[in-house]
Amino acid sequence: MVKKTIHEINAKIRDGSVNVVTAEEMVNIVGELGPEGAAREVDVVTTGTFGAMCSSGVWFNLGHSEPPIKMQKVWMNDVEAYTGVAAVDAYMGATQLSESMGMDYGGAHVIEDLLRGKSVDVHAISHGTDCYPRKVLDTSLTLEDMNQAIMINPRNAYQKYNAATNSSKQTIHTYMGSLLPRFGNVTYSGAGVLSPLSNDPEYLTIGTGTRIFLGGAQGYVVGQGTQHASAGRFGTLMVQGDLKKMDPEYIRAANFTGYGTSLYVGMGIPIPVLDERVAQATAVKDADITTNILDYSIPSRDRPALRKVTYEELRSGHVEIEGRDVATSSLSSFKRARIIASELKDWISRGDFFVSMPVERLPENTLSHPMKETEGVSFVSDIMSATVVTIDKDASVYKAAKIIMETAFNHLPVVNKDNTLAGIVTAWDISKAVSLDKFDLVEDIMTRKVITAQADEQVAVVARRLDQHGVSALPVINSMNQVVAIITSDDISKLFARRH
Amino acid sequence: MKIKINISSETVGRPIIAESILETGVLLNVSQAHFDRSHGEVVADVLEEHYDEMYQALTSRGARVTKLDAPIEWNEDECVECSACMSVCPTRVFSLDEDYSLKVDQAKCIQCGTCVEMCPHRALTLLNNK
Ligand code: SF4
Ligand code: SF4
Repeated sequence: MVKKTIHEINAKIRDGSVNVVTAEEMVNIVGELGPEGAAREVDVVTTGTFGAMCSSGVWFNLGHSEPPIKMQKVWMNDVEAYTGVAAVDAYMGATQLSESMGMDYGGAHVIEDLLRGKSVDVHAISHGTDCYPRKVLDTSLTLEDMNQAIMINPRNAYQKYNAATNSSKQTIHTYMGSLLPRFGNVTYSGAGVLSPLSNDPEYLTIGTGTRIFLGGAQGYVVGQGTQHASAGRFGTLMVQGDLKKMDPEYIRAANFTGYGTSLYVGMGIPIPVLDERVAQATAVKDADITTNILDYSIPSRDRPALRKVTYEELRSGHVEIEGRDVATSSLSSFKRARIIASELKDWISRGDFFVSMPVERLPENTLSHPMKETEGVSFVSDIMSATVVTIDKDASVYKAAKIIMETAFNHLPVVNKDNTLAGIVTAWDISKAVSLDKFDLVEDIMTRKVITAQADEQVAVVARRLDQHGVSALPVINSMNQVVAIITSDDISKLFARRH
Repeated sequence: MKIKINISSETVGRPIIAESILETGVLLNVSQAHFDRSHGEVVADVLEEHYDEMYQALTSRGARVTKLDAPIEWNEDECVECSACMSVCPTRVFSLDEDYSLKVDQAKCIQCGTCVEMCPHRALTLLNNK
């Protein structure tokens, strides 16, 4: 049995005799010496990760103006920061979007710009009080001008994260990047062998108060992160650090097309090797870490898992899904994770960084519950109109025009003999056909690629589909592709009108 | 050399590419084609010495022709070497070497633009994109 204390390890750091290795190097050391030998040899194992961490942000204290203002709302470079606390404190979240530039610029960019020494335009408004009379404030500030800029990330360093793919027929844009149609690619996140929590899955050394590498500076683990679901090995950490001391190499703004902005955060956690149990945990390899590939085309909280994979498979560049070879790529940078783990190793070897024991362990066996929804959820079946009027595909355009006039339905699903969906014609298609002197069959003028809905889908999901495709009605089909109803943007607006 | 042929809604129903090939006798090697009801976009290779002829034939039929002479541009300062671009590129322009540095083989690029949308750090640009 090997037993070491934090004090002994820190004494070695102080006198320069400490033995630090990265989590990648530790795999072979444990392989050769076994956990007991490795625990005797190695004092600290360093981990690292560099990836998109949406749940990131910075608390700024801007200092008081003259006359002072109690900021009710504040914007930096047109990105709103959260106020609602004391007068001149505000929290800039990484995914908050600019009000003028939309998805091109967000909180993450404000943070990176400040870190790079740029000044940001600050605009604040207030209702004015006796103690804080000012109502409007405009100034421009650099990071140096702020009293504090404390990064607090409520949920970082996921123990593991799902890999993503897309079974649908369209490319989708997600926080996991662009996912090409029909399992065109798989994306994943996390540093596998170097990932902090994968190297201490039982939270033996990582907990409240653990000193870490955050964005190139020393930071701390505050405690469990939000959505910490340790029972399913989906632990997360809340971390804090001083933005003023960080390095833009490790804090980088990102844009995910169609999703918005996020922040790439570099984090490294040292694991003091106190005994063989810790040594064994840090011997984890890519092949030992598994995750699920989820189908992100299903717009639901419970996305179906297509299969289990290991990080070793993911890192190989391709995985098999339903008999096909699918290209994989990472969203986080393994190269930078490595740089972080070795930089932290250098800090410790040089005596610039001491390890710490948590003052409180992270909770084990917590679950992350889905939201309790008290407002009834509306399904397509609740608001669709079942009296849908369809037209045969070999009917004449004239007949279609007549039906539209008589029924006041603007959209006619076009059907085959067995009532299966063949296409759709709208009043607009008919006007166009007429203007081009085309009076042939409905089949010749219909749109063949029809966007559809199903009766058991949620209205919120279908509403977005209407928006995305710029259409105003969707035929509702059953499992046999037969038209059973139609749902229009009018039906949806009426539903929302009832609610508000 | 690569060219991009844009075909507008008025001409989308006519076989103008086929007509142009017949007229000039110049071959086009199509590497990408996207069509919808209102618009068509084709990326093709044509020999440099035949470009003018082909340009003439296509534009006289109402197409818009742009030279794609600048392949994907990679800004190393913006790139964090995450490798997100790797899995979307149809021609494997991107790869990682042993130390996980990104390698970019621009010669393979067919300028489809997919990686430009994918890159979270705006490190990839296509001069002729859109
Ligand atoms: S996606 Fe962008 S940042 Fe990531 S490796 Fe490719 S070029 Fe670099
Ligand atoms: S533009 Fe297309 S072909 Fe060129 S590098 Fe990007 S994804 Fe690959």
